[in-house]
Amino acid sequence: MERTQFVKPKSLKNTHHNYCPGCGHGIIHRIIAEIIDELNIREKTIAVAPVGCAVFAYDYWDFDVTEAPHGRPPAVATGIKRVLPDRIVFTYQGDGDLAAIGTAEIIHAANRSENITVIFVNNTVYGMTQGQMAPTTLIGQKTLTTPYGRDANRDGYPLKVCELLSVLDGTKFSARGMVTNPKEIIKTKSLIKKAFFKQIENKGFSIVEVLSMCPSGLHMNPIETKEWVEKELTKFFPLGVFKDV
Amino acid sequence: MKKVLQGNIALCEGAIEGGLDAYYAYPITPQNEISAYFAEVLPQKNKVFLQAESEIAAINMVFGTAVTGKRAMTSSSSPGISLMQEGISYLCGCELPCVIVNVMRGGPGLGNISGSQQDYFQATRGGGHGDYHTIVLAPFSVKEIYEFAKESFLLAEKYRIPVLILYDGYLGQTMEIFDTDSNEEKLNVKIDQNIDKSWVLDGAKNRPSRKIRSLLMAEGELEQHNLKLKEKYTQIKKNEIRVKFYEIEDAKIGLVAYGIAARAALEAVYKLKNKNIKVGLIRPQTLWPFPYNEIKNLSNYIKKFLVVEMSSLGQMVEDVKLAVEGNAEVFFYGRGGGALVSSNEIIKKVLEIY
Ligand SMILES: Cc1ncc(C[n+]2csc(CCOP(=O)(O)OP(=O)(O)O)c2C)c(N)n1
Repeated sequence: MERTQFVKPKSLKNTHHNYCPGCGHGIIHRIIAEIIDELNIREKTIAVAPVGCAVFAYDYWDFDVTEAPHGRPPAVATGIKRVLPDRIVFTYQGDGDLAAIGTAEIIHAANRSENITVIFVNNTVYGMTQGQMAPTTLIGQKTLTTPYGRDANRDGYPLKVCELLSVLDGTKFSARGMVTNPKEIIKTKSLIKKAFFKQIENKGFSIVEVLSMCPSGLHMNPIETKEWVEKELTKFFPLGVFKDV
Repeated sequence: MKKVLQGNIALCEGAIEGGLDAYYAYPITPQNEISAYFAEVLPQKNKVFLQAESEIAAINMVFGTAVTGKRAMTSSSSPGISLMQEGISYLCGCELPCVIVNVMRGGPGLGNISGSQQDYFQATRGGGHGDYHTIVLAPFSVKEIYEFAKESFLLAEKYRIPVLILYDGYLGQTMEIFDTDSNEEKLNVKIDQNIDKSWVLDGAKNRPSRKIRSLLMAEGELEQHNLKLKEKYTQIKKNEIRVKFYEIEDAKIGLVAYGIAARAALEAVYKLKNKNIKVGLIRPQTLWPFPYNEIKNLSNYIKKFLVVEMSSLGQMVEDVKLAVEGNAEVFFYGRGGGALVSSNEIIKKVLEIY
């Protein structure tokens, strides 16, 4: 009997991508594309790509995608969704984009309960600019700009975005997953799908944080990186659903 | 129809007539009438009004709406417009039409909340990073604010470019009577063919997916894009310069002024005419593109120009110098920090150089 092992989602273009070996972005792009196919919303989806490693997302996804200035995807998504409320609008943002330069935009988009979905990729570093400290860098973690390790006295503490946004009335769904192995990928996919459902049901703002791997930024090999995410990162950033209303 | 409106309200009514779909802004004096008016009126018309958390958010909401091909507008005053500059650069790079209004106040810094014309450089030189221009409209009456706002979306869409409407806090507060039916003071934007909307993002239904971006990393790609923009700017310079002349035929001195300063200058022209002193006025309605050639041609017989601005430094005066190419003397009279220029002071200056 023939069995299909691998089908390329319609929402993914037939092209190679530029991500480093072991990077999590490609996996996350793919599960989003699968969900969009499964929900049959490809023809009414408009995505907002970040400035960060995922800046070329419009070359990988096969639906409408716009660029946005660094940190501003939630504002851009607001401007789209307010005039096209029947479309599915989501942003895809890194931790620098969303939790540093774009902190005001994400908090206010959540607080207004914009009916959009946010995919927040937390890889604890600025991948695109060669691995500087991010708002989510762990205490003691070495990066390009914390060569002696992140020091809470100087640099403050890692930012727990999902927990932070959960206290806002406007946030209707907030969850954290990771994409380090098939089991976790499947779990994360169901979280993201749930977030899209919230939007389809006009419930309001939904966010899924995805703990992801940046071997180049972390200076580890892909296997070490995934193990570090599973063992160390999840200690500070617990997985699970923080809000679902 | 006859209307009696304040400048800032005329802007709102003009924009609505022009097909405004969504307005986003953050409060700042002296233009708060605009968001108050839209907050009340737009929801009744099923259009979008949203108070943004900052001018940065506002301009990016405008970006989002512009991406869908709908008509978006924001307004602010000088410090807020400074915050929008990155967004404006992206809008230009992505070739997105929209309308941005700057009701100028005194600067630099927090300055004051009086009217000024101190943002001319920022408006006409791009303001943000990279090689670009926005079209800059400079109304000088409530009627012009209304007409320019009304046609601004068409102009923006014709060239896929942001249009900046620039006037000062005093004009925004000025109340005037005007006739919407009179053809005077219109831009009369000409549209030859249907406006191309084949770039908008509204969902890839029955068509290939689309992307909007300004990031062009392939070898030579960005330079090609820069040249394409340059060609567009050349077309705009060819088609869209608007300038008004008053008593210019036999003038010995040419005043050059825009916006509210041009009203004081015009008064000076007529007061001097009564004394048989031949002074004319050149009033650019578009600051970019600037009427360089028109002023250059006048410099064949006008050998002295006096530029009048509500700025202490003098900003437009540099463009007038560029225009005359050394063919005439260029003088400057200006007041900054929210001070108004008066016709009597202009007359004094004219008599000094006549
Ligand atoms: C206004 C502005 N500031 C800084 C940058 C440079 N920059 C590009 S990407 C980036 C950080 C991206 O990191 P992150 O959001 O974590 O995404 P990642 O690359 O790790 O996926 C920075 C600082 C920029 N493009 N624009």
